[in-house]
Amino acid sequence: MSDIRITINGQARSLNVPSMKRLLDVIREDLQLTGTKEGCGEGECGACAVLMNGELVNSCLVPALQANGASVCTIEGVAIDGRLHPVQQCFLENGGAQCGICTPGMILATQHLLNKYPRPTYEQIQEGLAGNLCRCTGYMRIFESVCKAAEADYLPDRGKA
Amino acid sequence: MRSDVTQFELTAPATLTEVLRRLADNPGRHTVLAGGTELMVALNTGRLATHSFLSIQHLRELRFIRETPDTIQIGAGATFTDIRGSKIICAELPLLAQSASWTGSVANQNRGTLGGNICNASPAADTPPALLAYDANVTLISAASMRELPYRDFHLGYKRTAMRSDELLHTITLPRIYAGHRQYIRKVGTRNAQAISKVALAAIALVEAGRIIDIRVGAASLADRPLRCTAAETVLIGQTIGGEGMEALVRKARAALAGEAEPIDDIRSTAKYRIAVGANLLEEFLRSL
Repeated sequence: MSDIRITINGQARSLNVPSMKRLLDVIREDLQLTGTKEGCGEGECGACAVLMNGELVNSCLVPALQANGASVCTIEGVAIDGRLHPVQQCFLENGGAQCGICTPGMILATQHLLNKYPRPTYEQIQEGLAGNLCRCTGYMRIFESVCKAAEADYLPDRGKA
Repeated sequence: MRSDVTQFELTAPATLTEVLRRLADNPGRHTVLAGGTELMVALNTGRLATHSFLSIQHLRELRFIRETPDTIQIGAGATFTDIRGSKIICAELPLLAQSASWTGSVANQNRGTLGGNICNASPAADTPPALLAYDANVTLISAASMRELPYRDFHLGYKRTAMRSDELLHTITLPRIYAGHRQYIRKVGTRNAQAISKVALAAIALVEAGRIIDIRVGAASLADRPLRCTAAETVLIGQTIGGEGMEALVRKARAALAGEAEPIDDIRSTAKYRIAVGANLLEEFLRSL
């Protein structure tokens, strides 16, 4: 077991967890934040993607000890003062979410993409979300949502951990 | 089945010296864990062989990209994101930048390291063909010693390497001599992101007055290890590109590659397909010279 400190969605927390426990399970079980989903558990589907120190990571592949001292942003930390973030609003308005399992990861991958490229090309959007699998939408509406979000008054410093 | 995480121990020694001391004190007991993009998958599917892991992800001294007048040196802890974002690598070692950009996805590239890609020693790994084509050297360190060896001598068999259990990969060194070389890389997989190669080929060649005076070819998924295609190189070195002998040369090069490749049938492809496509990629490179 290891004592770790994580700043989760802006809130500092101390935990005692197995050092190899997946960050995904720390988030869902110890921190009781179940917005982050498990898909494949092998780093291929992106359903569990979160921002760790501003970097997009698959939380199923991060051992708890390596998150010690990190700032982590999950889907629960994206909304601002109880109002949907522009990215979430765009997914909502453009049919970017259907069953919803991939959506938290898609939103955080979009956050990471727009922090890096505030005005992404279509190719950059495709590549930025290539690690997030969706079996419902066929991706077009997701890409459309991201395009809309990029046109919206997107502030790159928002929604960061 | 997923492993019981309480049966595994991960520690993060404060210094590289401490990592090396612990590797030396109990050779074979610990597995080094960097970005976790391979070992955590093994954990999740219950395939981990050892129970004690040493995290090196926080060791800043392993995460660098430096240039000297003659070489580019990359720390084993440099991530794929570091590599594809490096101006000097994009300019001088484009095959390495390209292979880093199609390794996994953005999230995996943010965590996975070049050292991990090499030491995991998968025959299908993305960066080794480029490293073989560029004739990289690797520096291995232990508590007692430091040695440098050609990367082409690093892989000994399926997931077997020349690295001792007390050693750690520290630096990958690449020569800065490729400005005038033709460079080629292509990966054949099921989709752009995440797909593991059915076949991939990286190659460089220097052509002067129509003759190949330097050539190196590296391939993924054509053998039990990342393959340096020396038989094909031997056929091609000194030969004239274009002209009437070209068709015969292409046939000989394809045959040489087919002769040295020893691929397998697996879930991603068949040996027959891999040999045919590997030869097609080599031919595509030759016709681009």
